[in-house]
Amino acid sequence: MAGSIALRHTAELTVQPRATTEPGIVRWLLISVALAFLVLFLFVPLIAVFVQALHKGLYAYLDALHQPDALAAIRLTLLTAAIAVPLNLIFGVAAAWAITKFEFVGKSLLITLIDVPFAVSPVISGLIFVLLFGLQGWLGPWLDNHDIKIIFAVPGIILATIFVTFPFVARELIPLMQEQGTEEEQAALVLGASGWQTFFRITLPNIKWGLLYGVILCNARAMGEFGAVSVVSGHIRGQTNTMPLYVEILYNEYSFAAAFAIASLLALLALVTLAAKSIVEWKAQQQLLADERSAMKESL
Amino acid sequence: MSIEVQNIKKTFGHFTALQNVSFQVPTGELVALLGPSGSGKTTLLRIIAGLEGADQGRVLFHGEDATHRNVGERRVGFVFQHYALFRHMTVFENVAFGLRVRPRRSRPAESEIRKTVHDLLSLVQLEQLADRYPSQLSGGQRQRVALARALAVRPQVLLLDEPFGALDAKVRKELRAWLRRLHDELHVTSVFVTHDQDEALEVADCVVVMNQGQIEQIGTPNEVFHHPATEFVMHFLGDVNTFHGRVDAGIVQFGSLELPFPEDRQQIAGDARVFIRPYDVTIDTKTNGLPSMEAKVVRVHSAGPLVRVDLLTSANQRLTSEISQERFATMNLQQESRVYVRPRHIRVFAGNSQR
Repeated sequence: MAGSIALRHTAELTVQPRATTEPGIVRWLLISVALAFLVLFLFVPLIAVFVQALHKGLYAYLDALHQPDALAAIRLTLLTAAIAVPLNLIFGVAAAWAITKFEFVGKSLLITLIDVPFAVSPVISGLIFVLLFGLQGWLGPWLDNHDIKIIFAVPGIILATIFVTFPFVARELIPLMQEQGTEEEQAALVLGASGWQTFFRITLPNIKWGLLYGVILCNARAMGEFGAVSVVSGHIRGQTNTMPLYVEILYNEYSFAAAFAIASLLALLALVTLAAKSIVEWKAQQQLLADERSAMKESL
Repeated sequence: MSIEVQNIKKTFGHFTALQNVSFQVPTGELVALLGPSGSGKTTLLRIIAGLEGADQGRVLFHGEDATHRNVGERRVGFVFQHYALFRHMTVFENVAFGLRVRPRRSRPAESEIRKTVHDLLSLVQLEQLADRYPSQLSGGQRQRVALARALAVRPQVLLLDEPFGALDAKVRKELRAWLRRLHDELHVTSVFVTHDQDEALEVADCVVVMNQGQIEQIGTPNEVFHHPATEFVMHFLGDVNTFHGRVDAGIVQFGSLELPFPEDRQQIAGDARVFIRPYDVTIDTKTNGLPSMEAKVVRVHSAGPLVRVDLLTSANQRLTSEISQERFATMNLQQESRVYVRPRHIRVFAGNSQR
């Protein structure tokens, strides 16, 4: 009898956690499946990119990046991002501001429209621009008459990139600004601040981490976009090839080392983006915690 | 500076928030807008501030029409229910904000801003917390920062939306008395919104009782409490026993009682509602000749300054009485005790003219 009592006692101690967790073996199995998947599909390819890029030596790697066409692709990608990201920053903030701080007719339609670039395939997005601005498109003849080239030229690439990356900033800001409400802005207005002062001194500081997060994602996509850009670019070497397009061309020509060299740059960009994203997320988390603490204090 | 509100009307979709509301706040007074939630009191306050536009009617400051002045031009101080402190700024910068956003021409020098802010912070007794952020403050401290921030722009009018709504009972009482003292010191014309009748009666010079977008009564705390103009005011300003009865020829009859109509009004006959405050219900263990109702004790709550006795009359009507501890000690009341109940003061609303 004494034995069974002791047994029950220890059972009580261990049963409690066991009720809510799986047996050890299942846990380890799940963890290793997840890890194996990660290694196989994320880590190995990442290593492979760098190994392939460098397998002919560092000299060949640098040489591949120094080719005029490669430099042109890098330059075009940077130019595209440098135009698309700031514009989407402004559009995104304006859209989020309008949606969260004002009541107007057609608001829900606007919210839906912002999601369109996410909803449609990037190839379709590119095709829309070809249909609009291409020679056979609606505006094509007029543009041709005025000697303006959009499709198969840099403006088309920038337009397509802006379209595809539009939702990032707005999507990031809308829930954040909705949660923050409009009371602080109202307080600023009562105190005599102008609309711009209210925006720059109150709204912007409150959304800065969310905004930065959206910009980082927007930038990553702007530099990495393939589908939409591929349709409108025309793949003219040294002129309308962005980095992702150039990688494909090199690959199709069996210049694997060069293809992977360019790809390694994109991979590096991804890593930097991830790091920046984690830092920003951490910072935003800190702010959120501070807000929550204050909310808790309020309820006390 | 005086405030005058004339025939304000406001609807939100199909909901009428305010219908034809008019009242005046004389210079230097502290006025409470008192009403249940949904009575339109906050909307009215926001219309006075210019944060909301009225569909009809005018708002006058010092006799001048301010209806079309925008919120920044009205020079009002507004304290939000949840304070709306700028979360990324220190207490000091929060208070300084209204001065810093002024156009360069009228902006005070930095040294002057520092002085003003420090004076205000010492006024609200928060000088030592100037470098803290709002998230590091307690609710009561935040409330005082919000007040200092609103006062920094030297407002002609101070508007407070449920100033103590988010605070616990004890802090609430302290801040209430403190706000009254502050008002006596500054004498800035103030309007505050509250749903708590004790708060309104204790703090305000004048109480505007609102219900369903309309004003029920305007008066001093004494007037609205002792002479409620409508049944709503009677109900809203404290516990009350309600009886249904009849009036005829200057006599009101309810339960088993017949009493002279206490106020000399027109000789109306018909249905009447009779209201008796619990502290106006006296209890005796023996009948003493005066008109009274027989009742039995249902429950006694003696923990408190007054003893509350729940009763059931012989006509099966519930009522509550509040008697002093001394009186209670002399009576030896038990559950089921037979007692005689007599109203000391009644209030009658007859006919349908009174809401």
